[in-house]
Amino acid sequence: MSEQPVLEVSNLVKHFQSGSRLGGGRTVVRAVDGVDLTIGRGEILGLVGESGSGKSTVGSCIARLTQPTSGTIRLLGRDISTLSRREMRPLRSEVHVVFQDPYSSLNPRMTVGQIVTEPLRQHHRGGRAERNRIVSDMLERTGLSLELVGRYPHELSGGQRQRVALARALVLGPSLVIADEPVSALDVSVQASILNVILDLQVELGFSCLFITHDLSVVEFISDRIAVMYLGKIVETATRAELFRDPQHPYTQALLSAAPMADPSSARGRERIILSGDLPSPTEEISGCPFHARCPVAIDRCRTEVPRLLGVTSPEHQSACHLVTAENGAPHIKQGDKNLVHNAS
Amino acid sequence: MSQKLITAKRKTVSSIPRPRWQRVVRRFARRPMAVTGLILVVGFVLFALLGPILLSDPNQQDFAAILQTPSLAHLLGTDDLGRDVFARIANGARVSLMAGVMSTALALIIGITIGLITGFYRGWVDVIVMRIVDVMLAFPFLIFAVGLAAILGASLTNVIIALAVSQVPEVIRIARGEAMAIREQEFVSGAVADGARDGTIMFRYIAPNAMGAFIVQATVAIPAAIIGEATLSFLGLGVQPPMSSWGIMLTSAQQYLAQAPYLALFPGIAIALTALGFNLLGDGLRDVLDPKETR
Repeated sequence: MSEQPVLEVSNLVKHFQSGSRLGGGRTVVRAVDGVDLTIGRGEILGLVGESGSGKSTVGSCIARLTQPTSGTIRLLGRDISTLSRREMRPLRSEVHVVFQDPYSSLNPRMTVGQIVTEPLRQHHRGGRAERNRIVSDMLERTGLSLELVGRYPHELSGGQRQRVALARALVLGPSLVIADEPVSALDVSVQASILNVILDLQVELGFSCLFITHDLSVVEFISDRIAVMYLGKIVETATRAELFRDPQHPYTQALLSAAPMADPSSARGRERIILSGDLPSPTEEISGCPFHARCPVAIDRCRTEVPRLLGVTSPEHQSACHLVTAENGAPHIKQGDKNLVHNAS
Repeated sequence: MSQKLITAKRKTVSSIPRPRWQRVVRRFARRPMAVTGLILVVGFVLFALLGPILLSDPNQQDFAAILQTPSLAHLLGTDDLGRDVFARIANGARVSLMAGVMSTALALIIGITIGLITGFYRGWVDVIVMRIVDVMLAFPFLIFAVGLAAILGASLTNVIIALAVSQVPEVIRIARGEAMAIREQEFVSGAVADGARDGTIMFRYIAPNAMGAFIVQATVAIPAAIIGEATLSFLGLGVQPPMSSWGIMLTSAQQYLAQAPYLALFPGIAIALTALGFNLLGDGLRDVLDPKETR
């Protein structure tokens, strides 16, 4: 891992102002509140978290579709966090986005061929014949029949549209693809085929990927490494195998215990941890650990001191929890003293 | 056969298809109402172009035949100065269509450009432009046009300018609203991620998706501008006699409503049919140009 990472994000913050502009009643939504992450070349990082945790905002800040409030975003070593729209434009060939909803992310007035050609046009790549060759190649790689080039998005199925979106995102050969819940809007049967296309293309083309999702089975399938987000912060990050083997942060443990299992007999034997309460409103400032109000094993220190994301047990496995120690490892929230643990019925 | 297989197996498309015009034409032809509209509009345009050449001089006075009812010699009768009404309607069609179409086209070009820019960028420019627009909209369309025409002086060019400027605020408002709504859609973010310039986004992504609203606006505005021209001419602020326009004919017919109602009837029918034609044509175009429309 000596080579330069494709993406390095440090202390990324995005606050949205809401409410009246003329003083009074103005609130700040802390969508992203100090996120650090790194994606190596050819790596797929899965970013998981429940809705409202800020994971999509992280993605759109990195793609510079929104202006981050503070922090740095280094794409291929270059800080892009403060570039203007104009300055950012040449770098757009290095990062592209696949959005969640393939029904609204494609221009309804353009044909499939035009949509996939657009990035080449904007970057003045190739002549007519060259573009046609690249576009045809890309459509074929994403598993689309060339007969579809003249079709409009509304004439395609959800899965086909998402393939078009993928072809559009990859046509310039970017170093980084931000996939923001790309399969959440699709049928389960179609999800698998799209995920396989992404994995195959990743091997062929070698791009890195920030894969944003709330679906644990999807991250487990696709990611090399996983980062878990809670209320605008990353609470744990580890390789896929490590995270599923030894979830350290109490939130990760609760999250994993809630994932549905394909095998009912083994699911019956395990304990589910049901967290009380809801995700706190991101408008209020929380002292200490963002999770302390819902954490079954929280101690006094959690209410006052913000835990930092540290690799306590190993540098590759980082978690933001005071209770993780080098000697004892992670706390087990099933033995929490708050008695919030329930058995799955 | 084998030759065919080889071509079918070739792994590139020879061209990226653009929206197919044949398909648009075919879909248009399938709509009888739209075709009727097209026929009406084209008919009036031809009438305006050819009528004055083929028919008798519209200013030819025949005092032996004043206020005649329609007859073979004068298809639509004659007016108070013995002029042939049919020839005058043909002659007036030029002025009316020019005023209606040119002023609306001008207003759309200016209004859409300003509206898209303010709606896309928002900010202080938007605030200032919209306050100016509000002030302009506070005046009724015709009052504003009359005021402008009075300042500019009476001529066809000035009538077109006055009508165009009076229409601009409404167009700005529509274009701005569309720009604000469409820019929030994800495919615009996709275009940004593609690396599209702001101008490209406005005119290649937002404008085509707002086309329906613009066409509707045009079909409403063209008839309104034709009537606007009539009003200005009625007030003496439009084209000057002996030049004729449908508006002038209507106003001079007013004095003879009791004796010769057809004098007002025929220019009125001409205005109504033109308005109907543009409305039907616009409705058809809007549907046909929308790829989501299946028929």
